[in-house]
Amino acid sequence: MAGTEPRVARRRPVYLDLPRIRLPLPGIVSFLHRVSGALMFLFGIPLLLAGVGASLASPESYASLRDALAHPLAKLVLVGFVWAYVHHFFAGIRHLLLDLHVGVDLAPARRSTVVVAVLSVALTLIIGVRLW
Amino acid sequence: MIRRQAVGAHYGLRDWLLQRLTAIVMAVYTLMLLGVALWHGGIDHALWTRLFGGGAFRLASFLFMVALAYHAWVGMRNIFMDYVKPVAVRLTLQSLTVAVLIAYLGWTIQILWGVHP
Repeated sequence: MAGTEPRVARRRPVYLDLPRIRLPLPGIVSFLHRVSGALMFLFGIPLLLAGVGASLASPESYASLRDALAHPLAKLVLVGFVWAYVHHFFAGIRHLLLDLHVGVDLAPARRSTVVVAVLSVALTLIIGVRLW
Repeated sequence: MIRRQAVGAHYGLRDWLLQRLTAIVMAVYTLMLLGVALWHGGIDHALWTRLFGGGAFRLASFLFMVALAYHAWVGMRNIFMDYVKPVAVRLTLQSLTVAVLIAYLGWTIQILWGVHP
């Protein structure tokens, strides 16, 4: 009987030929959820606080922040964080829906990752164009 | 035999739930801020300080940052649990994360309650 036998550590095959492993889109979206979250924790929060602090301190610091953000490199970084926020937002909404048992089956779960990826890139592009 | 290890975490239904609740708090705040910006057709310094000078918005912003801090803690803890196997290194990273997040909340209070429109 299954429960009474002594447990033997089974030697399971490990296949980790990284260049040959094709991560499917749900895997990529999930990984990017993590990457975007870690980036926002490491760099996003301190930059956000520094930015909001400068924007509120005085009209002069508000203006100098505007000038600093007008630099193309700053805009590029800003667009990067916009993508991180938007992607994390939509991937999170998808998770909440999955928690409510919406779209749990394989096909809809795969389709919703397409929606997350496309929507976040599209919204980032729209905001990026408006920033420029 | 007690098989639990000091991993700097517990067996977390509460964290799982709070991860979601904090996400909803942040999403609502984000949409609200977006709505304010669209309603006024953009934001300048006068409107910006007037906004943060109001008690309700200040409190909402503080709530956002508290939610963000807790959300970031759970997320970073998950990442450390998955990728950092030596317990000493993991506990160090997790402690640093908590310390940094608490410091960020202190910074947030300084910013939010330093606004005098």
